[in-house]
Amino acid sequence: MNEIISGLMLGFGFGFVLERAGFGNPNKLTGQFRFTDWSVFKVMFTAIVFTAIGLMALKYLGYIQIDQLFVPPAFLGAAALGGALVGVGFSIGGYCPGTSIVGLMSGRIDAGIFLIGLLLGTVIFSLAYPVIESVTSLGEYTQGDTLMVLLNTSDIYINIAMVIAAIAIFIFGGWIEKRSSGTVCSK
Amino acid sequence: MQENKNTIKPSAYWNPLVAGLALGLVLLLTFVSTGHGLGATGFTTRLTAWLGMQVVPAATLANNYLGGMAEDAYPLDAWISWQVIGVAIGALVSAYLAHRIYFQLDGKVFLGGTKRPITALVGGLLAGFGARIAAGCTSGLGLSGAATLSIAAFVFLGTFFAAGILATKLMKVGQ
Repeated sequence: MNEIISGLMLGFGFGFVLERAGFGNPNKLTGQFRFTDWSVFKVMFTAIVFTAIGLMALKYLGYIQIDQLFVPPAFLGAAALGGALVGVGFSIGGYCPGTSIVGLMSGRIDAGIFLIGLLLGTVIFSLAYPVIESVTSLGEYTQGDTLMVLLNTSDIYINIAMVIAAIAIFIFGGWIEKRSSGTVCSK
Repeated sequence: MQENKNTIKPSAYWNPLVAGLALGLVLLLTFVSTGHGLGATGFTTRLTAWLGMQVVPAATLANNYLGGMAEDAYPLDAWISWQVIGVAIGALVSAYLAHRIYFQLDGKVFLGGTKRPITALVGGLLAGFGARIAAGCTSGLGLSGAATLSIAAFVFLGTFFAAGILATKLMKVGQ
């Protein structure tokens, strides 16, 4: 498929679904961190499990080869530190990079400001790069990049565990939501 | 799906299970057709390099991180840039059809009140910086990586939620 068409179409689906999920709305997004709205956990875990099982099924059917897929390298220290910073940025700013684009397209000026901050953060990182370059490869796990290697098990068992975890999130999250002020439904 | 053209009342958000399955379908299609997942900061990093070239070309080219990207890359040469443009169009179409387009400074209730522009800027700055440390963001590393069962992705998601929950508690104290 042509690069431009492929990017536009898949991106369109991504943006459309994120907006429909309510992920252009910072009140709904940060509701996850206040435990009043579990949509972020539910949507993310459902998508992860669906895709992981889909990729596994396609692999066993011989349609794709897993080693042809991009798997992020196991710089676990860098992932932990970066994840924490993105998490703090999310809780202060109300968005993550992708959802800020969705927020902006639904007219949210704060999402536009967040995006400007995102570019500034990239500039600051680039200026500091000579000093902090080593941080980006911190804590490498050298045995392999996937949970199969780490846990010494097959992807079937990992996916079964993830399905159970996802169901638990829906049940537990729904229960907490009922006891709190409730979810953000629209706007 | 109820569609009533005569009302401007915004339609409700999708049920999380429906949204999650739809997102999973888009992500799976992306992997099957491109070999990688979805992302966002791959574009903003290229955009930063390109903007740098427009404003301070010598300094941008000399920069260890952005230099290589600025030299040979026009942002629109990269798949991720078109994907992000697609995200913007998809979100716009969805918000329009759901009657959800409002020009507003949102998030004041939970995110700093009158200081909302500052929390938006600082939050974006931290997220932008952090995404470069981890070489990915919530969608590029967390979501897409976890679907490939990447260890780094699960570590990223773990600290992302833990730090986010902690910071939210501290924000409340500050108010």
